Amino acid sequence: MKWDEFFVTGEPMIYAAMVSIVVVSLAIPIALTYFKKWNWLWTNWLTTVDHKKIGVMYILAALLMLFRGGVDAILMRAQTAVPDNGLLDGQHYNEIFTTHGVVMILFMAMPFIIGLMNVVIPLQIGARDVAFPRLNAVSFWLFFSGAMLFNISFVIGGSPDAGWSAYFPLASLEFSPTVGNNYYAIALQIAGIGTLLTGINFLVTILKMRAPGMTLMKMPMFTWSVLITNVIIVFAFPVLTVALALMTLDRQFGTQFFAMQSGGMDMLWANLFWVWGHPEVYIVILPAFGIYSEIISTFARKNLYGYKSMVVSMVAISLLSFVVWAHHFYTMGHGVMVNSVFSITTMAIAIPTGVKIFNWLFTLRKGKISFTTPMLYSLAFIPIFTIGGVTGVMLAMASADYQYHNTMFLVAHFHYVLIPGTVFAVIAGFHFWFPKVFGFMLNEKLGKLSFWFIAISFNVTFFPLFILGLNGMTRRMYTYSESTGYGPLNMLSMVGAVGLTIGFIILVYNIYWSVRYSPRNIKSDPWDARSLEWSTHSPVPEYNFALIPTVNRLDAHWFAKKEGKPLATGKYEPIHMPNNSGLPIIMGAAFFFWGFFMVFSWWIPAIVFGVVILGTLAYRTFEKDHGHYISVEEIERTEKALRGEQHEN
Amino acid sequence: MKKKWIALSLFSITAILLAGCENPLLILDPKGPQAKILSETILFSIAIMAGILFVVYVLYTVVLVKYRASKLDDDYEPPHEEGNKWLEIIWTAIPVIIVIVLSVVTVSSTSKVEQKSVAYADEKPMVIYASSSNWKWHFSYPEEGIETVNYVNFPANRPIEFRLYSFGPITSFWIPQLAGQKYAMSDMVNTIHMSADVPGSFIGKNSNFSGEGFAKMEFEAQSLSDADYKEWVNDVKTTAPKLTEDEFDELIEAEHVGRKTYSSNHLEFKPAPEGENSGHNHGGNTSTEDQHEDHEDMDMDMDMDMDHDAH
Repeated sequence: MKWDEFFVTGEPMIYAAMVSIVVVSLAIPIALTYFKKWNWLWTNWLTTVDHKKIGVMYILAALLMLFRGGVDAILMRAQTAVPDNGLLDGQHYNEIFTTHGVVMILFMAMPFIIGLMNVVIPLQIGARDVAFPRLNAVSFWLFFSGAMLFNISFVIGGSPDAGWSAYFPLASLEFSPTVGNNYYAIALQIAGIGTLLTGINFLVTILKMRAPGMTLMKMPMFTWSVLITNVIIVFAFPVLTVALALMTLDRQFGTQFFAMQSGGMDMLWANLFWVWGHPEVYIVILPAFGIYSEIISTFARKNLYGYKSMVVSMVAISLLSFVVWAHHFYTMGHGVMVNSVFSITTMAIAIPTGVKIFNWLFTLRKGKISFTTPMLYSLAFIPIFTIGGVTGVMLAMASADYQYHNTMFLVAHFHYVLIPGTVFAVIAGFHFWFPKVFGFMLNEKLGKLSFWFIAISFNVTFFPLFILGLNGMTRRMYTYSESTGYGPLNMLSMVGAVGLTIGFIILVYNIYWSVRYSPRNIKSDPWDARSLEWSTHSPVPEYNFALIPTVNRLDAHWFAKKEGKPLATGKYEPIHMPNNSGLPIIMGAAFFFWGFFMVFSWWIPAIVFGVVILGTLAYRTFEKDHGHYISVEEIERTEKALRGEQHEN
Repeated sequence: MKKKWIALSLFSITAILLAGCENPLLILDPKGPQAKILSETILFSIAIMAGILFVVYVLYTVVLVKYRASKLDDDYEPPHEEGNKWLEIIWTAIPVIIVIVLSVVTVSSTSKVEQKSVAYADEKPMVIYASSSNWKWHFSYPEEGIETVNYVNFPANRPIEFRLYSFGPITSFWIPQLAGQKYAMSDMVNTIHMSADVPGSFIGKNSNFSGEGFAKMEFEAQSLSDADYKEWVNDVKTTAPKLTEDEFDELIEAEHVGRKTYSSNHLEFKPAPEGENSGHNHGGNTSTEDQHEDHEDMDMDMDMDMDHDAH
């Protein structure tokens, strides 16, 4: 391979990206050295096994990826804003929509959700950490390696260009000869293993580590949603693992699983991909439902309406999510019978989802609604997501889908589901739990301003796409001629995209402003909320709860506040905590280099790093690490300090 | 109430946009029986969905107007409500009924568009093979023994059966005003039934992303009166060159080409992947005779038709 094949060349935008990558990767170590922060970074963050810090790192990475995916999105909208535009060429556009999809789903939505899960779940169930803290760190570093590996494809070797669904034979070596789709297979594989480990970890955490008295039906709704989500992860992700492994074998080892000849089946990939891919949609949407449930009941100052039916409908959704995958390719040519069955299972999902919408509306009814930033996002979710939902039912009808398939109507639909569903939820959750983690609040004025920009611009960006779809505009076209008449609505969509950008810039500015100026003397429970995480201090001490609370009902913290009875009593005892470890990040780095060499089929270094990975596993097997105890004196000191800072509580 | 304004303005934007289009939207402007069924199905589902949205939006607006903290007494304390059995039964049962109705509509419309229209029940359909290679379409007429590239002519008011396959990545054959789309794949043949009620020119395209030149992969579908069609076929037979195997191989390799016309077709030397030449049966209505053949038989036959990439 020559150097000019190794580095992507010939595009000014890519040179700019290279320069900025070099500048940033030089600036970070220089700054760390200058401010003498290496040690702080290593001991406090890179080696941490604390679920809160891991959660924060997940969210930071997700915000970074939101930026990356957002730049892709803006470029796509800019390219299609006017007919016959020459901003990007076909190949470049294809790479950008591919990475936009992969980055937004797998490296933005998933880690943002998992980050919030990390921060909130142990606190919400009254635990001191997750079941396997070290494994949790491994999950994070695998995700991070996968994400970084995927992102360097932009400048080294070329990005995948066959769409985020990477259908064969387009994604095969014959039609996509660059290393782009090798990056896809290997980077998702590494991140996917991390996600699978997270699934197992949180399943065990929620099932085994709940505070005394918290039976399953007394769990907060977010915890329920995360429990169900992790069951889906554990069942769905192995399918992705297998599919990606077969893809790697096909592309790099000469097998023919998905090839056009020798008995390969192109649609086998499509089936495997969506057997994972459809449950994946629910992996990112169910926790969002959980977040909205928490926020809506908090700011309506009312318990969640129809708790039991909320749980039942989530279980129903999770089961249905595994039997609808063929609706992604009704047009493949399976018969009326198969299409009808999948149409009906798909439409059936609307029933439990509808139940949830009505339960939220009835939670609001007779409530006392205050319009905080997280609540605004949750309230905007209901009407916008319902549009996404009903258009989903329209798409579910196989016959009609023959006309919507592959059009902008579909693109509009899934953005109407994923943005008000997942993205609004994680932003709402971010604002909601921010004070819990950092001990100060995000500015409400800036928060609301960015909300209005985002909510309105979202509709301006994506509503026109429904109409474009009905007018026959297909997705993934890098350009179109003026005679199609698609120009004006695409321009309108571009205007919306600019508005969304402004909204996100205000959001980031809000973080900066709040870090600098937001008052620090908040109470432990600034929103007057309902679940256990609000019963400990803000910011949360390392050990979460000095005394483990006892729970006797749903919303125990809310009733404890009303009745003035503390949830936890007794004397402090030494608290057993896990030790930090450098092993997970070393493992992540080893995976990164292994993956990089795999992508380029440089077998010897790949084998070397494969051995390093096995070495880290072996080391861990023989390592004796029994954790450490936090002494009673230290707990007393911490508690006193935390109470001292908080004036009224 | 700001939310309501958003909802209202959304609806009015839609109304303006819909009204602003001089021509009706392509999908809602059908010119053949299959597309008409789909357009009716879509409009019916939009009506039902608008009803659902209306109910949700009214409830939403009412609760947000009535129960905002700023409008309530300071000492108002929201009640504790576990839920209501009857309400929950209602909002489960009504969606169940809606889904049943939509299911019936879906199954019946799907089976209707997957066959020849009842209007032409006793006419023999005309078969045209449409195959894709890189970013162009080849149309082979087995009855007439002719072939075209990037345009297709056929008689109006006659059932047409397009048989689809691909010499590469999956593409999706779509003439929005005549019928819904279907995939063209390398190892099997799919069938689309359609007919045009009037003579006219329609946009046809590949809707499934298939690589670099995908955006320009369009063709013209023209329905002609019987007399015009016969004249065109005669013209082609007398004036167009023959399609040789070598020329076809070159044609397949090319990225984009303009319109081409030939007085013979490639099916003679490179048959479509159906029957004994098929790679797989995906279990669907490929409308070929091999539907009931089992898998092993086909796997053995499969390299026969797929050797084009070996040159």
